[in-house]
Amino acid sequence: MVPDRKAIRVDLQLISDMIEPHSRVLDVGCGDGTLLDYLVHFRHVDGRGIELSTEGVKTSISAGLSVIQGDADTDLKDYPDDVFDYVVLSQTLQAMVQPRVVLENMLRISKHAIVSFPNFAHWRARLSLGVLGMMPVSKTLPHEWYETPNIHLCTIRDFVALCRDLDIVIESQKILDSDGRIRSVSSTLFSANLFGEQAVFLLRKKNG
Amino acid sequence: MEISDFPVSYQAYGELNADKSNAILVCHALTGDQFVAEPHPLTGKEGWWEIMVGPGKAIDTGRYFVICVNILGGCMGTIGPKEINPETGTPWGLDFPVITIADMVRCQALVIDHLGIEKLFSVIGGSMGGMQVLEWASMYPDRLWTAIPIASAALHTAQNIAFHEVGRQAIMADPDWCGGDYLNQGKKPVKGLAVARMAAHITYLSDQALHRKFGRRLQERETFAYGFDADFQVESYLRHQGITFVDRFDANSYLYITRAMDYFDLAAKHGGELANAFKGSKVRFCVISFTGDWLYTTEGNRRIVHALNSVAANVSFAEIESDQGHDAFLLDEPDFERVLKGFLDGADEIRAVETGKE
Repeated sequence: MVPDRKAIRVDLQLISDMIEPHSRVLDVGCGDGTLLDYLVHFRHVDGRGIELSTEGVKTSISAGLSVIQGDADTDLKDYPDDVFDYVVLSQTLQAMVQPRVVLENMLRISKHAIVSFPNFAHWRARLSLGVLGMMPVSKTLPHEWYETPNIHLCTIRDFVALCRDLDIVIESQKILDSDGRIRSVSSTLFSANLFGEQAVFLLRKKNG
Repeated sequence: MEISDFPVSYQAYGELNADKSNAILVCHALTGDQFVAEPHPLTGKEGWWEIMVGPGKAIDTGRYFVICVNILGGCMGTIGPKEINPETGTPWGLDFPVITIADMVRCQALVIDHLGIEKLFSVIGGSMGGMQVLEWASMYPDRLWTAIPIASAALHTAQNIAFHEVGRQAIMADPDWCGGDYLNQGKKPVKGLAVARMAAHITYLSDQALHRKFGRRLQERETFAYGFDADFQVESYLRHQGITFVDRFDANSYLYITRAMDYFDLAAKHGGELANAFKGSKVRFCVISFTGDWLYTTEGNRRIVHALNSVAANVSFAEIESDQGHDAFLLDEPDFERVLKGFLDGADEIRAVETGKE
């Protein structure tokens, strides 16, 4: 069953706060449907999900959520333009084969995109790589290099650059530090990139 | 050709509620019939989906009114080639018109009309039953809340048609088929129909399932007989499947129904675009496939999902892990049951909210 609805993670809560009630939402990589279930029940959205794992799909559908088994790399292209208000990609961008194409597709099928990802330039990651000379392993990057599903890790600065390349407007961004605290919005890109362990971006098309 | 004023047989389980909103239509597969959840009157075996349909089951007859109609062209009471043609007073045989999946669905809709049900809570079916589900959603989108096509396809592939053709040729090669006129000549093409069933039965099972069940084990003997008796258990099993099938199924029905499946191509009916069949649909879909099903593959089921996505329909899709082959939908698959039950329960909740608002 879907876990206690009140107990969603801070980053999921952040995403939820970015979503207008009664909107149309697609959660890509929805896992066991925790966020989707929360959005459907507390933000009253028309929610859909895509999930790769059989276990996640079974749990989600069994909880009454509309979820298809598939993945963002191959399944986003089927949706027509502008059918959603928000497409959410939570902690999954870095595991995509073609993150750039996925991002483009997200903003093709939806007015807004919400993307959260672990920041590879967080000071701990830098310390691990720069001083210890080893791939970082942390709460947000829990896998050893030989078993990680993360094939396209990026930093906050990288992501901002990609948005600029793709003519994507960053409507808002939230940074979580290693204690899971939301860092102030006034953070400069430099400090966000250094102290943010995860980032959540709310995006839209330039003329959307 | 039109036929009118014809018999249709169906079975129903559970009770229809006062506002007739709790009805579920279960569509049976090629060799199924209306006896979903009770012993079969001819074979005495338990209903073909008792595992799923009954009090407290995934399709809960304590809660839903479950209807199953013997399909048009079938041989368990609904009009088909073995019934009497009122014009001639003899069985229809090959004079029976060729039918389509859409005809079967129109026939089911007549029963639903007869029961005074405006909108079904769900239409559910596996294999050919799933084709009917898709046709229902396409033809009568306002008459169902949810559609659950299981281990199904939106068209019959060349491979699907090829297997059916083997079966039909087996029947027609039997001298007792008599050019389709066997009922008038007091004969029955049992051998041909049995072979057709044997060939088809192989397609319902996976290699792993056959291996697990029989391997190369021998049938009631220690060594090969070096002849053409059923040395292997798998041979004996298939022969048994063939022989028992002829007791409950009509050979011409088998020809007509397999033909209807071969003709099925939902996209072709909608300008070559499957998505057009579901444009603007408010139906909630739940497509289910099985990993070990090589007859109606996950890939084929996924095409249905993609078409539904492309018109922004409300769709869920789960691929259930099973190595039992196509028949998995008829067998004990706990994950499948969980998804089906969860989807129905969830959809019922959502409908309650939606109709409460209206």
